[in-house]
Amino acid sequence: MTTEWLGVIAMYAVAVLLAIPLGKYLARVFKGDPTLTDFMKPLERFIYRLGGVSETADLNWKQNLAALLTINVVWFLLAFGFLLFQGILPLNPDGNPSQTPDLAFNSAISFLVNCDLQHYSGESGATYLTQLAVMMFLMFVSAATGMAAAVLLFRSFLPERSETVGNFYVLFTRSITRVFLPGSLVIALILAFNGTPASFDGKDTIVTLQGDTVNVSRGPAAGMIAIKHLGTNGGGWFGANSAHPLENPNYLTNMVEMIAQMVLPIAMIFALGFFINRKRFAWVIYGVMTVGMLLLLIPTIVTELHGNPAIAQLGIAQPTGAMEGKEVRFGPLASAYWSIITTIISTGSVNSMHDSSMALSGAMELLGMMVNAFYGGVGAGLLNFYYFLIITVFISGLMVGRTPELFGRKVEAREIKIASLVALLSALLVKGGTALAAWVFIQYNNVDWVVKPSAWLNNPAFHGFSEMLYEMTSANANNGSGFEGLGDNNIFWNVSTGFILLLGRYVPIIGPVAIAGLLAKKKYVPESSGTLPVDTATFGLMIFAVIVILTALSFFPALALGPLAEYFSLK
Amino acid sequence: MAKQSSSPALFQRELVGAAIRESFIKLNPTILIKNPVMFTVEIGTFIMILVTLYIAFSGDTSQGSLIYNLTVTFVLLITVLFANFAEAIAEARGKAQAESLRKTRQETPAKVIRPVGEYKLDEVQTISSAQLKKGDVFLCEPGDIIPSDGEIIEGLATIDESAITGESAPVIREAGGDKSSVTGGTKVLSDRIKVKVTTQPGESFLDKMIALVEGASRQKTPNEIALTILLAGFTLIFIIVCVALKPFADYANTSITIAALISLFVCLIPTTIGGLLSAIGIAGMDRALRANVIAKSGRAVETAGDVDTLLLDKTGTITIGNRKATNFYPAPGIKQVDMVRIAALSSLADDTPEGKSIVELSGNEVTRNLNTNGAKLIKFTAETRSSGIDLPTGERIRKGATDSIRNIVERAGNQFPKETETKAQEIAANGGTPLVVALNEEIKGVIELQDIIKPGIAERFDRLRKMGVKTVMVTGDNPLTAKFIAEKAGVDDFIAEAKPEDKMNYIRREQTGGKLVAMMGDGTNDAPALAQADVGVAMNSGTQAAKEAGNMVDLDNDPTKLIEVVEIGKQLLITRGTLTTFSIANDVAKYFAIVPALFVVSIPALQSLNLMRLHSPESAILSAVIFNAIIIPLLIPLALRGVEYKPIGASALLRRNLFIYGFGGLVAPFIGIKLIDLLVGIFV
Repeated sequence: MTTEWLGVIAMYAVAVLLAIPLGKYLARVFKGDPTLTDFMKPLERFIYRLGGVSETADLNWKQNLAALLTINVVWFLLAFGFLLFQGILPLNPDGNPSQTPDLAFNSAISFLVNCDLQHYSGESGATYLTQLAVMMFLMFVSAATGMAAAVLLFRSFLPERSETVGNFYVLFTRSITRVFLPGSLVIALILAFNGTPASFDGKDTIVTLQGDTVNVSRGPAAGMIAIKHLGTNGGGWFGANSAHPLENPNYLTNMVEMIAQMVLPIAMIFALGFFINRKRFAWVIYGVMTVGMLLLLIPTIVTELHGNPAIAQLGIAQPTGAMEGKEVRFGPLASAYWSIITTIISTGSVNSMHDSSMALSGAMELLGMMVNAFYGGVGAGLLNFYYFLIITVFISGLMVGRTPELFGRKVEAREIKIASLVALLSALLVKGGTALAAWVFIQYNNVDWVVKPSAWLNNPAFHGFSEMLYEMTSANANNGSGFEGLGDNNIFWNVSTGFILLLGRYVPIIGPVAIAGLLAKKKYVPESSGTLPVDTATFGLMIFAVIVILTALSFFPALALGPLAEYFSLK
Repeated sequence: MAKQSSSPALFQRELVGAAIRESFIKLNPTILIKNPVMFTVEIGTFIMILVTLYIAFSGDTSQGSLIYNLTVTFVLLITVLFANFAEAIAEARGKAQAESLRKTRQETPAKVIRPVGEYKLDEVQTISSAQLKKGDVFLCEPGDIIPSDGEIIEGLATIDESAITGESAPVIREAGGDKSSVTGGTKVLSDRIKVKVTTQPGESFLDKMIALVEGASRQKTPNEIALTILLAGFTLIFIIVCVALKPFADYANTSITIAALISLFVCLIPTTIGGLLSAIGIAGMDRALRANVIAKSGRAVETAGDVDTLLLDKTGTITIGNRKATNFYPAPGIKQVDMVRIAALSSLADDTPEGKSIVELSGNEVTRNLNTNGAKLIKFTAETRSSGIDLPTGERIRKGATDSIRNIVERAGNQFPKETETKAQEIAANGGTPLVVALNEEIKGVIELQDIIKPGIAERFDRLRKMGVKTVMVTGDNPLTAKFIAEKAGVDDFIAEAKPEDKMNYIRREQTGGKLVAMMGDGTNDAPALAQADVGVAMNSGTQAAKEAGNMVDLDNDPTKLIEVVEIGKQLLITRGTLTTFSIANDVAKYFAIVPALFVVSIPALQSLNLMRLHSPESAILSAVIFNAIIIPLLIPLALRGVEYKPIGASALLRRNLFIYGFGGLVAPFIGIKLIDLLVGIFV
């Protein structure tokens, strides 16, 4: 057990220790200061020239968002086309079929928005071409989109009044050339040397000890699995994701994949601190997010190590904890840790089946996605944190008797309107989506879809409710993990989650970037002793309280009817 | 200052009666729609009335018993009424305060001067004050009540302004100077003045203020608008929560009654702050009025809470009126008694405050025997910078600034003693003003005049500094004196040898740096700076131009009044912020009361969420809505008085308010709902 604990602690410690210098490096990259990776400049210049983009242009928030949305639309159309015709396109050694239109719609959006909710299995539902040209490509560009969008917020923290917020094209390009490409290369090599396939050959066959012949899917997987974690994407090459022995062969690769997904979200916090030269503020954000992570992680670890009370009642001892749905090579502790990190960070890759997590763990995983700002995805975490920050600044500004201001800029009706809308949206998408699913499940049990609603749920009652809630939450949070056990490859889930994915991605980008643009334009008021400092533990506590209360109030009834009801029933 | 009216009982009998009537009138949906939170509660009440009627007529009890539904309907209605009452009582108090001011401007006869014929042989007509128009000129004689606000165009009078300021000592107002304004309702004690009416009837500052307090023309301030948006956002989230609950319940095979769903909704939306929001705003204006400050808009009061820099005139604000003589320093070889005699002689006929203080310092023994009959007075002028007296005995006494007396003395061929010169410099370095006295062009000594810093002023500035407000002293003194006084009084910065445009430039400079600037002023030459400042407080005694330019008028003419205004502005925001926090924190307990109550029948395991161990599902829901309703009247006193502002630094203040209203708001409803449930449990 001690070894397992040390493994978890090491995974976290290494991630944080790497994140601090990486944050410093990111800040220099975003500012355009000289760095070690400047040898990429000719390549970048080539890309700018190719796209007709000026490297030195400074754009306002509207221009940046227009750029971001436009290239996202182009990628969507490309991805949708490839998936729709993958069956007849080359690089399909296993002869997999094309995706149905609703599945292609869902898959294209899902990868476009950095979610990777997979309603198919990589072994049979995609080809090598689409895995590489659609999935892996979108993993790079969606992560870079999130990172660049988050950097567009940074100027609103600086004292200089500015009409512009940065250049999305440049930030986007540099994110790929300076971060994701080199990083993925290193990780892919480690994975490949540990047994993850990196070959274009089709299925292999083995004969088991029993004498059965088994087909084993493989492919050029190592590269995709690297960016899948580094870019907090989470979509697996194989259906079983990082629980699959080829996708995550051993404890070492488990550590590498875990560190890879954590390092950039944490580094982005420090990058903000270095960029605006307010390291204390970065530590406050880090502190708030870390406390949030621990509060979700500790109950999960305790309940997983404790084992399933239903099994205990049968008189069966569970010395290793709850093992159902977990890989023996990782064990319950590393799996519990993974399940929380992957849900708070919006990666959504799994190394155990969340459907088999204990009820309380399920509640914690759901909460992690509902908050979606405890570290959060690359860039997306900061974007989400930003609207919580705005609401907190507003309420606490009033509480100390001063028109609320964030680093010298007044937060007024327009900013509050946008922040409220973004906060409102996640409640609407998750609860509205789940309510719609529950309504269809009850009222139209027998509709003639590929999977009839009556056959959606692997489990009845509370757990079935959690399965639907989890799917909607995962879509809204752009997380991509699934409770599975849900028959989701049919028109209802493909289309409904498709739209939730779109809104859950772009509104939390548009809103915060718009607020940042509005704030950057405002007059800067120097701090006085009446100003509420935001880089203090007190303010950190306030943000934490706002996040917790807002999330709890939005989602308590749903959690009570799903995982909490299950938890209390099992007890 | 009208301090006697500053803390009357919150709920006076007659006010409560009027407010209760008003609470029902405000049920009108066209009025209530301005408050989105309470409007949704009214809709909920309306639906519950329909449900109750349906049960009463059909006898169908699938929605719960008639009594239960009737009770829920009643409690919801009470919730709206309580919120209306909060607003109405705030308005009633404001009106009562305004009424007492308005009493001063009841119908009074006005002696209007009408030009007649080509020769302008003016004729005086007596008309009612209500008929006065802008531009009219009226006459006031001793004993007259001034019928309208205006500006003196001719004459000088002593006026009793106690009706407005509560200060019994009469004040002098005269044409032409910076103290040319008179206020309707005040009384002329002596002399005759001609006054020109400066405002249309019904448009005076007081009329505007009354309208603001009464709520008729009350506009929401920017912060209030932003908060309303946030609260509307919360309300929408809870609409989603409650609507989604229906299919969730269907999935869980649970039937939820309409009463339960609406109760949950009403409990969750921020009714506490929603119900008290407008009362807080009105009470803030009311508090300003009680401090005898007439604000032209609510926005001005709120802006005052954000002020970073405060410009204050030295004289009258930091120091008491004028300088006083504190010491006589005879020149070498001159006896103290002789010098004092000469100094006193020179000042006996001098009416200036400095002159009076010299006589005072000389003492009765000296002054008793002095005689200035037949003497010729030399008035102080800006050119000579000295004054004096020529006595019939042939004695020529002069006193004045060092260099001007030096000129006189040296022109007569006499020496200016080195000791006197050193002494004069020493006095100036200590913040005093040296006044050199000469008899027949020979130096007799130097009088030290000192500014007397108001007692307690340093503490007030310290308080401002803790609020984050930088104080700037504006003075005509030389930089040396200014620096000394600035240090002694504890101001952060000063403008010495200030000309009117210096003030203006200082304000502009601060504003370019993003700061909000407040200033107080009274003179016409202050008007541009008052207009430029973010918060300009004009003295009521000041000129019409100054009053027009500022956005507040201080009836007491008290230059430190800004400190109160800043605190009122801060209190306004704090009260809103803390009650919002309280309101939202309350929801946690309400969830723990209602959610288990909704589902416990079909999902017995959820009994574990019933942390308060409430009696039954019905009693849990009733207790939650009852708590939700009665918390509004319980908090009305806090909303009206405002949450106290403590200048302990922003972080400490946040910690304090977060603990009291955040943590308190989390815990209080658990206790409150449990207690109500114990009571309700007896009946259900």
